[in-house]
Amino acid sequence: MNGAAEFFDEMRQPDGTVRPPYADYCKWYDGQDQRLLRRKHSEAETNFRKTGITFNVYGEDEAEERLIPFDMVPRIIGAGEWRRLTRGIEQRVSALNAFMHDLYHRQEIVRAGRLPERLLRHNDAWLPNMVGFTPPGGVYTHIVGIDLVRTGPDEFYVLEDNARTPSGVSYMLENRETMMAMFPELFLRCPVESVSDYPRRLAKSLAASAPQCSGDRPVVAVLTPGIYNSAYFEHAFLADQMGAELVEGSDLRVVDGRVAMRTTSGYKAVDVIYRRVDDEYLDPLTFSPDSVLGVPGIMDVYRSGKVTIANAPGTGVCDDKAIYSFMPEIVEFYTGEKPLLPNVETWRCADPDSLKYVLDNLGELVVKEVHGSGGYGMLVGPASTKKEIEEFRAKLVERPGNYIAQPTLSLSTCPIFTKKGLAPRHVDLRPYVLVSPDKVDITPGGLTRVALKDGSLVVNSSQGGGTKDTWVLKD
Amino acid sequence: MLGRTANGLFWMFRYLERAENTARLLDAGLRMALTRDLVTAEEEWRSVIATSGQKASYEAKHASYTGMQAWNFMLREKGNPASILSMFGLVRQNARLARNAISGELWEAINENWLVVEEQLSKPVGENRVLDTVATIRRAGTLAHGAMSGSMLRDEGFHFARAGTFIERADSIARILDIKYYLLLPSLSYVGSSLDTGQWDTVLRSVSGDRAYRWLHAGQIDARGICEFLILDDRFPRSLAFCHSALRENLAALARLHGAEGESNALMRDADTRLNDLSIDEIFEQGLHQFLIDFTKSNSAIGEAIATDYRFLA
Repeated sequence: MNGAAEFFDEMRQPDGTVRPPYADYCKWYDGQDQRLLRRKHSEAETNFRKTGITFNVYGEDEAEERLIPFDMVPRIIGAGEWRRLTRGIEQRVSALNAFMHDLYHRQEIVRAGRLPERLLRHNDAWLPNMVGFTPPGGVYTHIVGIDLVRTGPDEFYVLEDNARTPSGVSYMLENRETMMAMFPELFLRCPVESVSDYPRRLAKSLAASAPQCSGDRPVVAVLTPGIYNSAYFEHAFLADQMGAELVEGSDLRVVDGRVAMRTTSGYKAVDVIYRRVDDEYLDPLTFSPDSVLGVPGIMDVYRSGKVTIANAPGTGVCDDKAIYSFMPEIVEFYTGEKPLLPNVETWRCADPDSLKYVLDNLGELVVKEVHGSGGYGMLVGPASTKKEIEEFRAKLVERPGNYIAQPTLSLSTCPIFTKKGLAPRHVDLRPYVLVSPDKVDITPGGLTRVALKDGSLVVNSSQGGGTKDTWVLKD
Repeated sequence: MLGRTANGLFWMFRYLERAENTARLLDAGLRMALTRDLVTAEEEWRSVIATSGQKASYEAKHASYTGMQAWNFMLREKGNPASILSMFGLVRQNARLARNAISGELWEAINENWLVVEEQLSKPVGENRVLDTVATIRRAGTLAHGAMSGSMLRDEGFHFARAGTFIERADSIARILDIKYYLLLPSLSYVGSSLDTGQWDTVLRSVSGDRAYRWLHAGQIDARGICEFLILDDRFPRSLAFCHSALRENLAALARLHGAEGESNALMRDADTRLNDLSIDEIFEQGLHQFLIDFTKSNSAIGEAIATDYRFLA
């Protein structure tokens, strides 16, 4: 195994002994018949096909439906490790929410000289019409996905904050269902925290953020761009699991100062909209006059406090990678504490000294677009050819402010099941965090993404990555 | 429930019914072709295509009628929007659209069926596979109806789905009768004669009614008896009377659930008045063709009224 010792492995220590969280699992695994496991492995795909858990790939013809490959070796996190992580996540998410409020009000952080004003001015996700407005319950980031990577026993880093519309939670749930169906005996041997009540927690959290005008049982709807969207399956799945309506823009309109959906018995007011559309598709009157996806006038209702939009419009500012590079300052500014979860070291190419360093070391660094996502438009230096690096260099020199750079991290590995047995592959972790006026709720687990190619560091499903079931063990 | 979701459920079941009806027609046609010489077989395929309502689109692409060409056209041909493959695609698309209004079991039945049907129809279907393929398609429909019956909440969604089923079924039966009537009985003097019992046997098979009819009529096959059976016998689930009585119940349930009756309920009552106490002799007196035209019109008017009453579209 090439370079196995260079990377921290979730299952085994460098000397080959099993790490404690994997003790029960490995004992079980060693007693398994490999042929049987191989058969189960191929059955898993059939199971996903049957349930229809697919995503549509951007740029493919006729919205072809693909499966995200599933690996059946779980990623296991010990109870103690998870407790430390949750403290860091809670701190970070609370800071993000406070940051959003400040950005759209007094901008104390800019006044204090801790964040350059230009980062807001040049941020496409910044929405002037959110200024001076506080969403119901003061919550901006109702659902957050924090992307974490690990490089050592106690070294977790935040790679990205997803505060706009984080996706993938249906895979967290379906991966667990699939694992339980394939290996019920494992769950009798290993004390795994349940994730299956996520939809109930989500429904509760959204209801708690409902506007004051709503009744005892706030009406929640999931807003989807429609069946051709890459994550439609997830939208339908979450609506179904929450017992909420799944609406498209054309189902909604403003009636008597409320947002209402067209039901079979007429228009009915909606209290909370869990939107899975981008800001610019919310309201054609405010954002994009030629959009057919939005609801004309919804922003006026929002600003009058008669509907909750989750996440709040304008939260995309947090996903910007230039803002990300200031997260340590942001956490400290709003919580008065040192960040418990560190950022990955980040060079802002807008800064001339950093740019020089980045250009001199392109072959070793990972360079990302500040507004990019999904693994598109990035350079992974060590995995790129000379030609690719030179092409990227030209783009970087032309618009340095559009990029940030990070060291190529030694992401931890976790074994995947292959025809030849277990083999280590790099992984990351996205826990899902729910924010309501009274609490931050973190579901124990999350989505583990895994690079299926040997040596690859890119885990994005759009780039051929897969997923694993993620276990948090009970104490 | 959202109007758009109700629309999805209604059409999901209309398309499913249409796919199943096409499969039944195909089944009956295949059986006929196996028992006939080549010349008659060609006539038979012409008639099967006509009965399925796909004559114009078929003749736009093909100059002759051969079995292989005809069944592949009905099963899978690109450019035939009414092919079974295309119907199943629409069933699944509408099921995705109404995903949070149907049970997981029903969704999985639809989705699995789609995977199987899509696979079987991915290549041209030869003589050695065609019977199996049609059997698979018919099983797919049965599985979906079973999953629905055993797992779906009897709320408005259920009644929209059933309304779609019965409106489509009634439409299909009326069309089969009308087309066959003309093909077989060019002049009224033939009425009552047993000109071609084989053709009438095909009609019964294409609505899966051959066994039931034999059972009830002790093997007496004549046009009149069959028309009476398919129009008025409300014991048979593929008769117009049965479809209407089921539809009446679904519409009554919808009105009850919504606390008000709409245009669809009024039209349903009118249709009932027309069909009630009508004898087959009276139908033949006013002319079977005219009766079927009136029936089809009233049937689709009810479908349109449901869409308006329950705000299917913005």
